[in-house]
Amino acid sequence: MTTSIGKRALDDAGRALLQRTARGRSEFEDLVVVPVFAVIVALILGALIMLATGVDLPTIGKSFVALAVGSVGSLNALSETLTASIPLVLAGLGLGLGFRAGLFNIGAEGQLLLGGTAAVVFSFTFPSLPFPLLMILSLIAGAAVGALYASIAGILKATTGAHEVISTIMLNLISYRLLEYLLRQPYIQKEGRSDPISKSVPDAGQLPRLLDWIDPNLRLHAGVFVMLLAVAFVWWLLFRSKIGFAFRASGANPDAARYAGMRSGLVIVAAMATAGALAGLAGAAQVQGVLGRASPGFSAGIGFDAIALALLGRSHPVGILLAGLLFGGLEAGGRQMQVDAGVSIDLIGIIQALIIVFIAAPLLVRAIFPWGFRKDAKGGKA
Amino acid sequence: MDVELRGITKRFGTVLANDNVNLMIRGGEVLGLLGENGAGKSTMMNILSGLYSPDAGEIVIDGKAVAFEGPGDGIAAGIGMVHQHFMLVPVFTVAENVVLGVEPTGALGHLDLKKARAEVEEINEKYGLHVPADALIEDLPVGIQQRVEILKVLFREADVLILDEPTAVLTPQEVEEFFGIVRSLKEAGKAIVFITHKLHEILAVSDRINVLRQGRITGEGDPKALSEADLAEMMVGRPVSFTVDKAVAQPGKPMLEMRNVVMLDDGDDLVLDHVSLTVRSGEVLGVAGVQGNGQTELVEAIAGLERTASGKIVFDGEDITHASVRERHRQGMAHIPEDRHRMGMIATFTIAENMVLNSYYDEEYTRGLSVDWGHVQETAAAFCVDFDVRTPSVFLPAGNLSGGNQQKMVVARELERQTKLVIASQPTRGLDVGSIEYIHKRLIQSRDEGDGVMIVSSELDEIMGLSDRIVVMFEGKIVAEFDNTAGSADRNAVGLAMAGASGETTSGAAA
Repeated sequence: MTTSIGKRALDDAGRALLQRTARGRSEFEDLVVVPVFAVIVALILGALIMLATGVDLPTIGKSFVALAVGSVGSLNALSETLTASIPLVLAGLGLGLGFRAGLFNIGAEGQLLLGGTAAVVFSFTFPSLPFPLLMILSLIAGAAVGALYASIAGILKATTGAHEVISTIMLNLISYRLLEYLLRQPYIQKEGRSDPISKSVPDAGQLPRLLDWIDPNLRLHAGVFVMLLAVAFVWWLLFRSKIGFAFRASGANPDAARYAGMRSGLVIVAAMATAGALAGLAGAAQVQGVLGRASPGFSAGIGFDAIALALLGRSHPVGILLAGLLFGGLEAGGRQMQVDAGVSIDLIGIIQALIIVFIAAPLLVRAIFPWGFRKDAKGGKA
Repeated sequence: MDVELRGITKRFGTVLANDNVNLMIRGGEVLGLLGENGAGKSTMMNILSGLYSPDAGEIVIDGKAVAFEGPGDGIAAGIGMVHQHFMLVPVFTVAENVVLGVEPTGALGHLDLKKARAEVEEINEKYGLHVPADALIEDLPVGIQQRVEILKVLFREADVLILDEPTAVLTPQEVEEFFGIVRSLKEAGKAIVFITHKLHEILAVSDRINVLRQGRITGEGDPKALSEADLAEMMVGRPVSFTVDKAVAQPGKPMLEMRNVVMLDDGDDLVLDHVSLTVRSGEVLGVAGVQGNGQTELVEAIAGLERTASGKIVFDGEDITHASVRERHRQGMAHIPEDRHRMGMIATFTIAENMVLNSYYDEEYTRGLSVDWGHVQETAAAFCVDFDVRTPSVFLPAGNLSGGNQQKMVVARELERQTKLVIASQPTRGLDVGSIEYIHKRLIQSRDEGDGVMIVSSELDEIMGLSDRIVVMFEGKIVAEFDNTAGSADRNAVGLAMAGASGETTSGAAA
């Protein structure tokens, strides 16, 4: 192999440096062992909480069986798990990307609401467009509005230094009321309804169901492909693209990024806009694939769950995909649990919260499962 | 009090940081501890102060073996460490800082500052520290702040004082005063461990010297019988050259011209006060000065990191006063930043990524919107070979490298391309002699290839050794200029100018 650097050939000493080093054990522990144990501890604590609230042991057993059956136990369960994970993963990707760039975006909920609404409005405004053009353009409209809404926080931070946590929380609050206002506008509101609810997405604008040829109740829709494409895209963006390098550098060391001539303002606005586009896409996928229209609070907290998910997935696209499937499974299984064992679905919320607590406190996990970790993993350099 | 380390071994993963180290520290004696970065000095001192526990070996105090469980135990046993980076509260007085954490209290549990003050004064008196007990830390010069750190350790009744690179932040005059304090502590029976890279200092003040290399004690000796060259060889394992071999400069056209550049800080205070200077192609301009006299701001103005309020900056005939960092970089300006951890590199990124930190967007490294990482990695490998960056792989995080290798990585990135002007700020701070020698050689090589080179350093030796011309900064102004062709500048005069004595009144008081 002759590799050339400019006009020079790389000698043996140089080639030796291109050997990849084995991934460190501590990296493996951090990325895999901690999350897995966090989930296990959360499930155990979930059981203890049920016990403490007077649920008897057989019911607890039944509820965990229902959780498993409802998430992966049947074709319908798998379909529900995947369907629930689509918007979670999309929004989670946006948040993870923001984290990588050093931005703590709390605004996915609002971006998702307005993006979804934009997708609905676009689709019924151009009902004559054919499938799949209308479907694709509606998704794009959702992403664009999500991006614009998130950019507000980005621009505020870049120009005035306003902290994105505060501004995105405020933008969330604004989005709730804005949505209710919009849903009462004659152009948007469904004819003959007095409550705030939008017109429906025309058939040509919907993400088609994938499995209705087996059973018309299977809700899995083409959004799953949007999700997978987004995972691949975000991976490319973060780890292969020029702008992604600037995102990661700005997140890891803003001073070094400035020294290297990266424009922090541009990075902030671009990263916020991309995150908003993904959240908007999550909203669009939800209305075009599942709900068919916009109503107040149709986001159902997805934008907040996605924060947890991005943390669990360590802001890595593949990690976020896996975390999204887990959360989708918990949601689908939780519904089954409620039906079969009569345990409140709120327990799922508690388990999700516990997972995050343990992810955020790796030392706690290490203390609970000392045998899962190499001893003396920490400690300074010589 | 005598402290002995016996057979101390400490391992981090596969790295043997301390390998069967034996060390004797005696009361009334200054032990000089010398070693390259990563030689194991810090690990050893952290074991001695109780922060780490050794894998093997023991600490013996006055004949009794002790076991430290945590950092509190070291100080309780009378071993105190003065860190390189001060840990002081700027808005507290000296006395308040000294007693912080061990405050004397009155009967009702209230803070007894009067008592604190009296005790501080007593220590002050005893060791001739001359620290004003009521002054606010933020109003004190760095040299005095360091004495406050020493006061803190003495207040906690330490008999063994570990001084980690204490002279790094001092002016030459302050170093002399500091040595006076070390001597008076020694006379009072304290044991001093003096850690440094600076060979002439360790020779000046130590009674005994131990040299550490790759976790082992490789040399022990009497400073009276040793030369700097002997010590350097023990430390690096091969003979080291101190003087930078360089021919007489051949200055050409001006590469960088600054005319009346003014910069204000966030509080609208003047940090650069009408600075004018010229760096010619083929010469090294040294910017001397005690840290914090505008050198950082000067470099930021040249590199485009901070806006200037007025004045003009011309780079190779082109007005770059308002050009972006990236434009300046593209035009051939290399910038080795003063703080590689904060600015020069991203510790969690791989060496390959760090090698293209400011050129990743360049056509050479990209394909469309993507970075061509394969090509970047090959280039980085070639750079590492060229600049002797010692690493097993370019895929390792830069933070895993030793300080010297990190800096060589930064220097490689900046110099391995078509450059016209090299701005090197504190290029060898905290590095071992081997790396210093190498980086100096490379900077002179850039000069000889026709670049303009500007070196900003608070090390007077470095400035004197490398520069063809020297300017001195004090309080944001250039207060003196010296010709240093063939080392002709008067070292004392430069030192005095650094302390703020203006050229006309060289008899003025040193700060």
